[in-house]
Amino acid sequence: MSLAKRIIPCLDIDKGRVVKGVKFLDVKQAGDPVEVARRYDRQGADELVFLDITASHEDRGTLMEIVEQVAGEVFIPLTVGGGVRSLADVRRLLSAGADKVSINTAAINNPDFIGEAAARYGSQCIVTALDAKRVSKADEPPRWEIFTHGGRRETGIEVIGWAQKLAGLGAGEILLTSMDKDGTQSGFDVELTRAVSDTVDIPVIASGGVGDLSDLYDGLADGRADAVLAASIFHFGTYTIQEAKNFLAERGLVVRDLVSR
Amino acid sequence: MATVGIIDYGMGNLHSISKALYYVSSGESIEISADPKVLASKDRLILPGVGAIGYCMSELARLGLDDMIHRYIETRPLMGICLGIEMLMAHSEESGGVDCLGAFAGNTVAFARPDAQPDGRRRKIPHMGWNQIRQTRDHQLWQNIHNDSWFYFVHSYYVVPENESEILGKTTYGPEFGSVVIRPNVFAVQFHPEKSQSPGLQMLANFLAWNGQAN
Repeated sequence: MSLAKRIIPCLDIDKGRVVKGVKFLDVKQAGDPVEVARRYDRQGADELVFLDITASHEDRGTLMEIVEQVAGEVFIPLTVGGGVRSLADVRRLLSAGADKVSINTAAINNPDFIGEAAARYGSQCIVTALDAKRVSKADEPPRWEIFTHGGRRETGIEVIGWAQKLAGLGAGEILLTSMDKDGTQSGFDVELTRAVSDTVDIPVIASGGVGDLSDLYDGLADGRADAVLAASIFHFGTYTIQEAKNFLAERGLVVRDLVSR
Repeated sequence: MATVGIIDYGMGNLHSISKALYYVSSGESIEISADPKVLASKDRLILPGVGAIGYCMSELARLGLDDMIHRYIETRPLMGICLGIEMLMAHSEESGGVDCLGAFAGNTVAFARPDAQPDGRRRKIPHMGWNQIRQTRDHQLWQNIHNDSWFYFVHSYYVVPENESEILGKTTYGPEFGSVVIRPNVFAVQFHPEKSQSPGLQMLANFLAWNGQAN
């Protein structure tokens, strides 16, 4: 018996639909977040992450409805992020049925927001999302900094120290995305993942770059992540969650199987 | 119609547990309330909780819920979830020591923060994620749940009941600890059944059918 490594599909939501395309469903249901959540739950996803990439505030209400509907029938942890800026935003998402809220840019502008949210709602529901980019040259010791706006805007904040700071303020978990790797399908930045995971006591979710199942294994085994987040390989139906778990289990990692439920 | 009350003392997210109970209920009415009179009228109660135990205990006392719980469990079933199991112990070592409800003899203690292993690897705290429960004996609350089923945990402290016979299930994370405890009319779990998919839902259904007997 021991703690299982978690596999977490990520759904990017824009105007109430899953974007990045979900090819394993028939066309009619392809973008329906509730249907996608149901499928992943049945396949054995350990948690689900919804990221609201809607630009306008008017469409935010749609996300609340989606979270509410999913929370009424999918009983695994749900994390919701995207544009979370105030305690009121956190409260609204938790009330809709989210179990954890992911905070990104707001923590950069005001790290104490992480502390305030954790003090009010508990560390267990505060995920801090770090978007990291390697800034060191090839012959230098590795160094990563936090970037915003999809990796376009630098902040000058060094990632390892920042992760320690936010963990100290009360974040319950770190969602660590490599902006160098995101969307490349060439594997996680394993060195980054390991550097962060070995420096904080709280769990780290590796994100950005998964192209095949061995990437998941590398992030968990070599990167020492506690969980892995992926979108495309599951959305495009390249692999099911169950196939991913079988692959990891065959290589000696502990995963939650559905046999004993 | 049977009635279920969820004890609301201002901490934590009660929507998830409410939705899960509603999902497995067979017509029971489910109400979230902070009013001791309302809660005392229910057929069953749920004591959920997250956050700092000192604050939770003082809120229970301020709202008159601690006395209500003591009287309630003399006659009817109550289920503690996550921080709820810790609040039902006699004492917690969290934040310098907090006296708790004392439904179970024993203490709540912190997971030790071990030094990083020689290879730099750390055992993370909180214990967050899916882990298994070894059923230490048969009970109707385990009905239709396989031994070693997976449940979703998030906690930094764990309970150490004095009476081994009150432990119904155990989980290993560093130490092996009691993750499910029972005594007449009181059933408590360290994990989140409302987030533990089929086995968790089954356990909530079993609680709704429980006659309150410990054996």
